[in-house]
Amino acid sequence: MSAATTHAEQAEHDAHGIEIPHASYRDYTIGFVLSVILTAIPFGLVMTGTLSPAVTAVTILGLAVVQIVVHMIYFLHMSPKAEGGWSITSLIFTIIVVGIMLSGSLWVMSHLNANMMPQAHEETSQIP
Amino acid sequence: MSSITLPAGDDAPVYYEIDEHPHPEGHSTLLGFWIYLMSDCLIFAILFACYAVLGGNFAAGPGPKDLFDLTLIALNTAMLLFSSITYGFAMIAMQNRNLRHVQMWLAVTGLFGAAFLAIELYEFSHLIHIGATPQRSAFLSAFFTLVGTHGLHVTFGLIWLVTLIVQLGRHGLNPANQRRVACLSLFWHFLDVIWIGVFTFVYLMGML
Repeated sequence: MSAATTHAEQAEHDAHGIEIPHASYRDYTIGFVLSVILTAIPFGLVMTGTLSPAVTAVTILGLAVVQIVVHMIYFLHMSPKAEGGWSITSLIFTIIVVGIMLSGSLWVMSHLNANMMPQAHEETSQIP
Repeated sequence: MSSITLPAGDDAPVYYEIDEHPHPEGHSTLLGFWIYLMSDCLIFAILFACYAVLGGNFAAGPGPKDLFDLTLIALNTAMLLFSSITYGFAMIAMQNRNLRHVQMWLAVTGLFGAAFLAIELYEFSHLIHIGATPQRSAFLSAFFTLVGTHGLHVTFGLIWLVTLIVQLGRHGLNPANQRRVACLSLFWHFLDVIWIGVFTFVYLMGML
């Protein structure tokens, strides 16, 4: 008896075991249309050069972040509930690590650059 | 003073489970694959950091404005975006248990992916032909490593895609194949996410 129920449970679990997120035409279409818009704007801005370089840079970086979020939601079906919350937990962890690493690298290396070149030049010019 | 008496025998409270939980095959594959993608994300983060640090060191060689052709990059971006939505259609076809449509949409996705790769290889060969090789400057080393790693991922995605179409043809939409299609979906959309970073940070910012 117990073996039979275990098998039935097993079969039940096999059917439901793979939790593939539900996909819909609506989601993919919204994601695609938003992506096209969010891709076209930065290309347009850079190719026409309507805004100043600094403003353009900030705008296209912002749009890239928005587009990444759009992809996460509509294409990767990321939600706080997916996989019992573990997907979003690992995603947030990765974002934190990437953030620390990118900002840290840029910060340290820009200081290194700033300290290396002019100082070396200054020191040599001070040598009588 | 109160004392707690624990009931003995069958009434004893159970603080642990002796019975193993059911672990159906593949029940955690998607989460595991997601965590792999997160580690892949770190690889790309490192390459982006390298490019950010070294991207301005031209060694008196050509810079982004001399090399990049935005029309080509826009075309490439479109290819990858189209391949993303066609993969979505394959996922929907899988939900509707329509094997032929899954295979067809996967094949269409593969064609867009191949087009992306062909355009990228054309760009690379053009750059190398005019002397902008990875050895030329730190900027070009970082550029080829970052964009090349992404291209390599797309290449392996394509190999996986072709393998999957053949496997689907042989075994149909069984649970294992459904799992594989879902994993490749994550991989494919993830590569598109990375490409957003590449075209924004490397190509568009380079042309400013």
